[in-house]
Amino acid sequence: MALRIWASSTANALKLSCASKPHLSLSRCFSTVLDGLKYAESHEWVKHEGSVATIGITDHAQDHLGEVVFVELPEPGGSVSKGKGFGAVESVKATSDVNSPISGEIIEVNTKLSEAPGLINKSPYEDGWMIKVKPSSPTELESLMGSKEYTKFCEEEDASH
Amino acid sequence: MGILCCVCFLQEEEKETRTWNSSSGSKMLIPQTRNIGLPIMNLMRFKGLPILQQLHIEEQLLRTSSENWCIINDGTNDPTIVMGVSGKPAELLEIESVLRDQVPVIRRFTGGGTVIVDPGTIFVTYICNKEAIPDLQPYPRPIMSWSSSLYSKVFQGIGDFHLRENDYVFGNHKFGGNAQSITKTKWIHHTSFLWDFDVRNMAYLKLPKRAPAYRSARGHLDFICRLKDYMSRSTFIDKTVEAAGTQFLLRSFELETIENCSETEFRPSTRFLTNEELEAAAVAGQ
Repeated sequence: MALRIWASSTANALKLSCASKPHLSLSRCFSTVLDGLKYAESHEWVKHEGSVATIGITDHAQDHLGEVVFVELPEPGGSVSKGKGFGAVESVKATSDVNSPISGEIIEVNTKLSEAPGLINKSPYEDGWMIKVKPSSPTELESLMGSKEYTKFCEEEDASH
Repeated sequence: MGILCCVCFLQEEEKETRTWNSSSGSKMLIPQTRNIGLPIMNLMRFKGLPILQQLHIEEQLLRTSSENWCIINDGTNDPTIVMGVSGKPAELLEIESVLRDQVPVIRRFTGGGTVIVDPGTIFVTYICNKEAIPDLQPYPRPIMSWSSSLYSKVFQGIGDFHLRENDYVFGNHKFGGNAQSITKTKWIHHTSFLWDFDVRNMAYLKLPKRAPAYRSARGHLDFICRLKDYMSRSTFIDKTVEAAGTQFLLRSFELETIENCSETEFRPSTRFLTNEELEAAAVAGQ
């Protein structure tokens, strides 16, 4: 499994991409980062549209975590705080905390994830969204990374390990 | 159950008294660190500690301590079923037999599968800060790979040891199961080793739906093996401590007293499932 991480970091450093080949031990070499979203160092993304912010985990995160088999989410009506955990995903043999990039009130939770947790792997930025939040401090978004900054962050993180 | 507050004393030769707690506000002495280039890891050893108590200690250390820890529990007194965080009793357990024989069932805070533990199980746990191990990415597979490299030292020249998917095996027989939890700043990797087991206890567990490919639909007794056929208990524990000592500066903690604290901020999620919950699960098929 260390080979996957090495291959990913090398390909990212060389700006290479390769088709995924499920019959080999190599994963996709190029994690997707979308423009227009904001990103946290703990690998969550935020899409801010009007008074609603949608939150999920990035393609980089789902690739490193492996097949997601269970998702723990909060109830609507609760609150989230910037940098604090609001839920968890289970993959392989691990539970991994998911942290909110911003503070606010939870207005909707993706209930499809209870029956189809793999949506986080297949569609991390769309069908795999986790919660929708009404931001309480919109200025918090300004401290998050943009797509280029986050891409560089992931490359440096993979290259340093 | 109240959260545990521990008063811990270092071994006599350390001649230093430390108090560890999470949030009750009692006195904590900051130890002097000896810088010899290795990160410090606190080593706690138990024998026969109830598994619920062990898991509560681990969960609290993961969530509230900023230090690195190794916990070794040599057997647990009462046979107990321990499910992972998302385990569904109806899928994993023969609930009728479990209720009939009043076997305790715990849902723990880490991921992974279901085990039945007893005095023949040896537990080894590592709780580390994300920066503790250079070049280690805090994700499930790198952590699993790191742990297997540590145990490769323990089992060097013994059996055909390796990490197979996420299990420790000799050949294609499993003797160690792993589970993890990863937070923003730390991770835990804990293992239950089948030094010995009671064949009758395996009857409480169903064949899991989610099983590693190498299991090849084998029943429990064809799939697992006993560590006692390869190594004594004391040798295994001594070699594990020795292997950990190649990467960490180990400091021993002796648990002196345990007090129940009625008011602390941290509440562990690990708990027993009630008979009512198991009965309801059986009815609902969950």
